[in-house]
Amino acid sequence: MKFRKLIFANLFRKKTRTALTVGSFAVALFLFGLLAVVRGAFSQVLGIPGADRLVVTNRVSPIPIQPLPYAYRDRILNINGVKEATSILASPAYYQEDRVYFAQVAIDVENHRSLYPEFIVPEEQWQAFLADRQGCIVGEALARRFGWKVGDRVPVKGGLTRFRPLEYNIRGIYRGDRPEHDTSLFWYQRKLLEEMVPGFKGSAGWFIVRVKDPDRAAEVAKAIDQEFANSPRETRTDTENEFGASMAKQMGNIEFLMLSVGGVVFLTLLLVTGNTMAIAVRERVGELAILKAMGFSDRLVLLLVLTESVAIAALGGALGLVLAKLYTLRGDPTGGILRAFYLPNAAIVAGFALALLVGLLAGLLPALSAMRLRVVQAMRRV
Amino acid sequence: MVRVDGTGDGRGLIRVRGLDKKYHRGSEEIDVLQGLNLDVEQGEFVAFMGPSGSGKTTLLNLLGGLDVPSDGTITVAGDEITHMSRRELSAWRARHVGFVFQMYNLIPVLTAYQNVEMPLLLTHLSGKERRKHVEVALELVGLADRLHHLPRQLSGGQEQRVAIARAIVSDPSFLLCDEPTGDLDRRSADEIMDLIHRLVREFGKTVLLVTHDPQVARRADALLHLEKGVLVEAAGRSGAA
Repeated sequence: MKFRKLIFANLFRKKTRTALTVGSFAVALFLFGLLAVVRGAFSQVLGIPGADRLVVTNRVSPIPIQPLPYAYRDRILNINGVKEATSILASPAYYQEDRVYFAQVAIDVENHRSLYPEFIVPEEQWQAFLADRQGCIVGEALARRFGWKVGDRVPVKGGLTRFRPLEYNIRGIYRGDRPEHDTSLFWYQRKLLEEMVPGFKGSAGWFIVRVKDPDRAAEVAKAIDQEFANSPRETRTDTENEFGASMAKQMGNIEFLMLSVGGVVFLTLLLVTGNTMAIAVRERVGELAILKAMGFSDRLVLLLVLTESVAIAALGGALGLVLAKLYTLRGDPTGGILRAFYLPNAAIVAGFALALLVGLLAGLLPALSAMRLRVVQAMRRV
Repeated sequence: MVRVDGTGDGRGLIRVRGLDKKYHRGSEEIDVLQGLNLDVEQGEFVAFMGPSGSGKTTLLNLLGGLDVPSDGTITVAGDEITHMSRRELSAWRARHVGFVFQMYNLIPVLTAYQNVEMPLLLTHLSGKERRKHVEVALELVGLADRLHHLPRQLSGGQEQRVAIARAIVSDPSFLLCDEPTGDLDRRSADEIMDLIHRLVREFGKTVLLVTHDPQVARRADALLHLEKGVLVEAAGRSGAA
C-alpha cells in the first residue's frame, strides 16, 4: 500500500500515546480472551462430547462434594439401556506448594478408557500405569505446565490425602483428540485412594454412564434416578452437557458476567481510542489541509485516518489475543474448576474482529471531521 | 502577456472572468474580490501585491481550487473549475496545481524524500518511477544530499526548497506561491527567488506569487496590485498590458 509510510509515520509520531492506546487494546483483548476461555470451559468443555454419556451425581449436591456409594455402579449397570459405567472421584491436588494446584482424579482403570475414548494414551504407557499402583497418567497440558515427562517421580499433596503427601510415578501422558478436550487432569488409580484414605473406600464422586441408545438417554436417566429414589443418597442424572451447564449455573450467570464486563471494557476502549484519534486529527489539521491542497480527496483522507485507528486496534488486539493464548497454554490455573482452559480459534477470530470494529467506530468521528475539513479554514487556523 | 481588463483571447493558461468573492461576518457582507478579470499565459511569472486583507490569498485559493467564488468563472487549460465538485477539484489540483506556502507546511514526521513523494502517491507511477521523479526534483532544488533528512534537520531555506520540490514533482500546470519568502532571511529569500526564476526560465513553469516584498515582486514578469478587490497593473511594469 502506497500510503503505509504516511500511516506508520503518523502512528508513531507520538510513541507514548500510541503505545498506551495499543496497550489498552491489548489489555482489553487479553481480558476478552480469558472471558472466552472461562465461558468455553463452563458451557462447552464441561459438556464434553458424548450424547450417549450420562453423569450420575448426588441429588443434594450436583457438584460432587457428597459422594455416592460405589455399590451404585452395579445397580446402574443392571438398569435397562445402560451399556457401561465408571466412577470418578475428583479433588484438588497441590504440587510443590499449596498455591500450585490442579485436578486429581481417581479413576476405575477397568473401563475409564472405554468411557472416554477421546482421551488417547499410548498402549505401553497405559500398561505401565496398570502395573504400578503409585503410577499416574497426566494430561499433556498439565505435563507442559509443570515440565513433567514420563518416568518422572512427582510429589503431590492430594486434596483427599492432604495430610499424607505421596510421590507418584508418571507412567503416561494423555492427549485429547480435539484441542478443546481437557488435558489438565491427573489420573491415578481408585484403588490407591482407597488404600491411602480408607474413609473413601466404597465411595464414588460421580458415575459416568454410557447408554446403548443415545435417543433413549433421557429415559435411562429417569430410570437411574428412580432406582435410587427414597434412598439415603438419591441421585440426579443428566447428560454430560446438562451436567456441565448445571455446574456453570451454580457459578453464576457466566454469559451475563462476560457480556457486562466485556461491554464496559469495550465501551471504555471506544472512548479512549476515539479520544486519541480526535486529538491526533486536531493536532494535524494543518497537515491534513496540505494533503487536501495537494489533491488528496476527502474520501482518501477519511480512509487514512480510519486506517490509523484500525491499525492501532489490530496491533493491540493481536497482542492481547496472543498473550491470552500464551497464558492458556500453561493450562488451567484454577486447579480443576476450569478444566478445559483453552482459547479456541473461533474466539480469537471473534476477538480480533471485535477489536477491528472498535477501532473503526473509534476512528469514525475523527475521520469524518478530517474528511469535512475545508482547506481554506484549516490553513487560517495554522 | 498578462491582462487584467478581460480582453485576453482566451487561449492563455488561466482565464478569469467577473470573479466575485464575498464573505459573511454575521449580518455583514464583505466583498473581497469584485468582478476581477485575469489572463495569464503559459510560462509567465506574475506577482501580486497589495495591503493585508486585500484578497491576495483569497485569489490564490480560488485559482488553486481550494475555495469557490461567489460569482464569475475560472478556466485553467480549458477546464472551467468553478463548477467542479469537491471531488473533481481534488483530482484537478493533483494534476494541475503546485502550492508553495509561507510556512513550508512539510509533514514533520516524513523525510524530505517522503514529503516530496506525497503528490506522486496520487498518480499511477510505480515505486521506481516515483523514486526517479523525487530524486530529480530534489536535485533540481539542490537538496540531493538531504533526501533522508526530516524537516527539523533542515534550515528554513532548505525546508522551503523541499516544499518547492514537492510542488513541482508531479509537473503541474502552474505554481501558486503564497509569500514563499515571508519567513526567510534575505539571503535565503534570494535563493528561493533564484530557484523560482529558474523554474520559469528554464522549465517554462507558470508561477503566480503573492508577496509583500517589493524585491521579490521585482523578479516577476508582471506585477499586479490588488486594491479594493480589483486587480490593477503596477505602473511602469512592462509585462502587464
